[in-house]
Amino acid sequence: MANTPSFVRTQMLEPQDPPLGEKGVVKWIRENLFSGWLNSILTLVSIYVIYWVLAHILPWALGGIWNAESLSECREIRDASGVGHDVACWAVIGARWHQLLFGFYPSELYWRPILALILFGVAIAPVLFDTAPRKLLIVTAIMPFAAYWLLWGGTIWGPIVTALGFVIGWAIIKYGSATLGALGATIAAIVVPLLYWLFVAGAISGALGSALPIGIESVASDRFGGFMLAIVIGVAGIVMSLPLGILLALGRQSDLFIINKCSVFFIEIIRGVPLIVWLFTASLLLNYFLPPGTNFDLMLRVIIMVTLFSSAYIAEVVRGGLAALPRGQYEGADSLGLDYWQSMQLIILPQALKISIPGIVSSFIGLFKDTTLVVFIGLLDPIGLSNAIRADAAWNGIYWELFIFIGLCFFIFCFLMSRYSMWLERKLQTGHR
Amino acid sequence: MTIQVVAFALILAAIWFLGRNIVHNLEELGKDFNFSFLNSRAGYDINQRLIEYSNDSTHGRAALVGILNTLLVAFLGCILATILGVIAGVLRLSKNWIVGRLMTVYVEGFRNIPLLLWIILIFAVMTESTPQPRDFRGEDAEASMILGESVAVTNRGIYVPNVVFTRSLGGNEMTEAADGVEAAVIPTAAAIDWLLVLVLLVGGVFASKAIGRWATRTQEATGVRPPATFWMQLGVILGPFVVVMLVLGATLDIPELRGFNFSGGIHMRNSLIALWFALSLYTGAFIAEIVRAGIMAVSKGQTEAAFALGLRPNRTMNLVILPQAMRVIIPPLISQYLNLTKNSSLAIAVGYMDVRSTLGGITINQTGRELEGMLLLGLFYLVTSLVISGVMNIYNNSVKLKER
Amino acid sequence: MKKSVLLGTLAVAGLAAGAVSAQTLDEVRARGALNCGVTTGLVGFAAPDANGEWEGFDVGVCRAVAAAVLGDSTAVNFVPTTGQTRFTALASGEIDMLARNTTWTFSRDVDLRFEFTGINYYDGQGFMVPRELGVSSAMELDGATVCIQTGTTTELNLADFFASNNMSYEPVPIETNAEAQQQYLAGACDVYTTDASGLAATRATFEDPSAHVVLPEIISKEPLGPLVRHGDNEWGDIVRWTLNALIAAEELGVTSANVAELAAGTENPEINRLLGSEGDLGGMLGLSSDWAANAISSVGNYGELFEGNIGENTPIGLARGLNAQWTDGGLLYSPPFR
Repeated sequence: MANTPSFVRTQMLEPQDPPLGEKGVVKWIRENLFSGWLNSILTLVSIYVIYWVLAHILPWALGGIWNAESLSECREIRDASGVGHDVACWAVIGARWHQLLFGFYPSELYWRPILALILFGVAIAPVLFDTAPRKLLIVTAIMPFAAYWLLWGGTIWGPIVTALGFVIGWAIIKYGSATLGALGATIAAIVVPLLYWLFVAGAISGALGSALPIGIESVASDRFGGFMLAIVIGVAGIVMSLPLGILLALGRQSDLFIINKCSVFFIEIIRGVPLIVWLFTASLLLNYFLPPGTNFDLMLRVIIMVTLFSSAYIAEVVRGGLAALPRGQYEGADSLGLDYWQSMQLIILPQALKISIPGIVSSFIGLFKDTTLVVFIGLLDPIGLSNAIRADAAWNGIYWELFIFIGLCFFIFCFLMSRYSMWLERKLQTGHR
Repeated sequence: MTIQVVAFALILAAIWFLGRNIVHNLEELGKDFNFSFLNSRAGYDINQRLIEYSNDSTHGRAALVGILNTLLVAFLGCILATILGVIAGVLRLSKNWIVGRLMTVYVEGFRNIPLLLWIILIFAVMTESTPQPRDFRGEDAEASMILGESVAVTNRGIYVPNVVFTRSLGGNEMTEAADGVEAAVIPTAAAIDWLLVLVLLVGGVFASKAIGRWATRTQEATGVRPPATFWMQLGVILGPFVVVMLVLGATLDIPELRGFNFSGGIHMRNSLIALWFALSLYTGAFIAEIVRAGIMAVSKGQTEAAFALGLRPNRTMNLVILPQAMRVIIPPLISQYLNLTKNSSLAIAVGYMDVRSTLGGITINQTGRELEGMLLLGLFYLVTSLVISGVMNIYNNSVKLKER
Repeated sequence: MKKSVLLGTLAVAGLAAGAVSAQTLDEVRARGALNCGVTTGLVGFAAPDANGEWEGFDVGVCRAVAAAVLGDSTAVNFVPTTGQTRFTALASGEIDMLARNTTWTFSRDVDLRFEFTGINYYDGQGFMVPRELGVSSAMELDGATVCIQTGTTTELNLADFFASNNMSYEPVPIETNAEAQQQYLAGACDVYTTDASGLAATRATFEDPSAHVVLPEIISKEPLGPLVRHGDNEWGDIVRWTLNALIAAEELGVTSANVAELAAGTENPEINRLLGSEGDLGGMLGLSSDWAANAISSVGNYGELFEGNIGENTPIGLARGLNAQWTDGGLLYSPPFR
């Protein structure tokens, strides 16, 4: 130790704290907010914008009145309390939230739409999350019929007998192809269930209904409204448009001239015209196109129109998925000797659809938001109901509160879905960058 | 082949079925199928009209006014939405925490709430937050005009000065002479005046380009660029313009408060502005995401290589990143433009008289011709969509990566 | 939802296609409920309450018809319609009758092929302006900005009024009443024009109603009434005479309170014929003999319906005016029940 030069330290210095400007909050602020003059200006402008918006909204929103029977009572409370500025009258939400969510659905039956929604959640789980147990796919198959029965009620035999048609079709494909050949089986699988639905199903369900009357209270379509209506139209539209959209996408990719041209024609026409025009068509014109005297309820017409509309968009999404698959997948399928349907079913579609899920989810978000347009044809969606609520003498004149509530509900729903879609995109993202 | 024949037969059968039903139903309702209603008197007024229209005009003309209004808002919307979208998309990637968060709030807010709500809310906010015309009146007016007393921002719209001509080619009318007051010329602006100005401007631009090319050729040949090329180019554009303005006697028509409203100048109605902003903000949020995805799709190596070459960050952005990102951005951008055009059909929510509210709204309602009206309306949107996507596809092909 | 409904309904539709010209009355009976088109919401005339029950003056007409036909005033499916969809809904058979403050005009009656079955409210288009504008007559409105609700006859009347008085105006078409109110209160338009009843209802809900005046000019005739499809005269008669029964009941002093007592028989033969204790007017309509008594006992007579929904004791506070009985100087005049 003695021969160590005196200018060499033998002990380490205590580590010093970084300078004040280089650590903690100060450093973060400097690097993230004031790293240059442009950034500083942007930061200051942003802070001012945030302050300005909050200063206008917060006193109004937070000072809101929650307990009142009518708008005039709200105003009285406000004047009595002596607040100088205008305040929100949230009481209208308290009085009418159930209508905004469920429309005129009987309040003692609210459990049915809620149960249907939960069921829907369970049913799509195996589609959305690949960790969910595969057995849940059975729920997925049953879901459409169960949800219909839960929402509209009535005898249980209607949905069951209708579902039987699909079973028949599936059975023909499965066991009939040996005797009928692939094409014959496919045609038979379409024709036989159609004949069954048109001529046999009604009679069977009627007979079963009278012999074994199992059912729940039926609820007519005109009791549907609010967010429930928006969700029913959105979900029904997307679920029914999926098979149609896949067929259209395959048609557009197909080499068969007529089928290709027809698919392109259909897709371009539907996509070229705004949904609101299609909705007007559903409400004003559909009865021109149907046999005279035919009439079915507006909600169903809207669902059909929305289905056709979104099928064109889904078709484009799926086409993107098909195009994204490497050519080798198609060639590989061919080289295995699979025919067109087999290769599609076993190799191409499972991969293409997986890639397409984020696109499908975002077209569902778009569709869900677009359901607000049904207000123009007189269906009571949340915006339509807000008009109806204002037509009550007690709440006439209320404006912002209802729109803010509706906007918030839409935001929560759509935001969650878009987060899911982003999560999925990240998961599917296997490339490196 | 069999499938094709079967499909073809099915389609024919469906068309026959629908056609027969239409004929039958029209018969039953006692209606016929003709478009003569387009020639009958409309009877209603339209506030914003780009062409001559009064309530004595025909339904066909009302539809045309609506079509022009739709195209106007769609055109303005596409421009503003692109600007907003690019700014928001780039700012969202900014390192500035607060700006990035603010842009996220903007994008998520607009993407997750229906457009209809936004249109209604923006319209209401605009009317609530701007002064009404009568606030401009009186000695101690609550509101005043801005930009040298020439622009009035009211909750009925923005009034800006208009350029008019005292020696218009379309001819000027005179005020009537009264005692002690001589007849004066009423300045006006005819379409032909503006056409002349436009022709001169376009001609000037071409001439200036020709000068630029000539200068470059000279420089390549002699090594010396002719002096004052820039000023020559500028003069060739502005010179004829200034001369024609003076010859026509251009003056400004400044809006002034008269009666209930401002008159004179150009009136940009609140309904137009609200719809324009709402459509642009909404579509801008989607474009921002597209731009962000496009920028992120350019591999990081490109940025690093550009930095290694010594390019500064903004030059890197302009010369390296954006040109590559454009190829990813343009196809989805086209479909956003199409969406914006189609979404302009929500104009009725703010009382903007687009083609959906004139032809597809009041006209159908007054004449009961829903089949014909809806057909025309659908056709208009279809043609517009096809034209937009056609034009944009040509552009896309021109900037696409040329693979040889 | 899903395919089951689609296909199920198509099947039903295929079956229903056979019965094109079935009479509306039979359809309503078979269905056990009346499909009645109303507005999506208009203060005092039709609006759902907190329990989803529809209430209002037009709603009362629907309920009266349901009570007359089915004996049950709750057996009504209310179908909300907009200004644009109302006529198609009626023409296509989606609704059996339309009671939606619809103006009876020549072209609607003749060209659109509907049958107006009477007038339940005599209205007219008026103007409302803020008091501080100092306007006292519609003739002073030259150059004004006017808020109008689209999809109605209002915009045509307005164009005619300003053109015939050689005045200019700036129309601001608005889709819903709520937005029109918001625009008007913010001063984005100088004038709000719609039916006088709507103006009164709107003004009543303002924070300071006295700051706004309804101008004296009524620029149009707006006879509002229920309508049915052209061609089914039996059904048209039922709706027409149900409305007349409500009007006649007020004239004869029959109210929901005393109808049960009077139905047993009175000195007045017209009351007896109306309430079914003499003759068989109901049978001629294809209804039960107590059809009118059912209608009156469930919704009250015209006067009760008016006072309960839009009269002077309600927030809307409309005076009877033209809608008084002819004996009181109004226009209500029911043809005799005999």
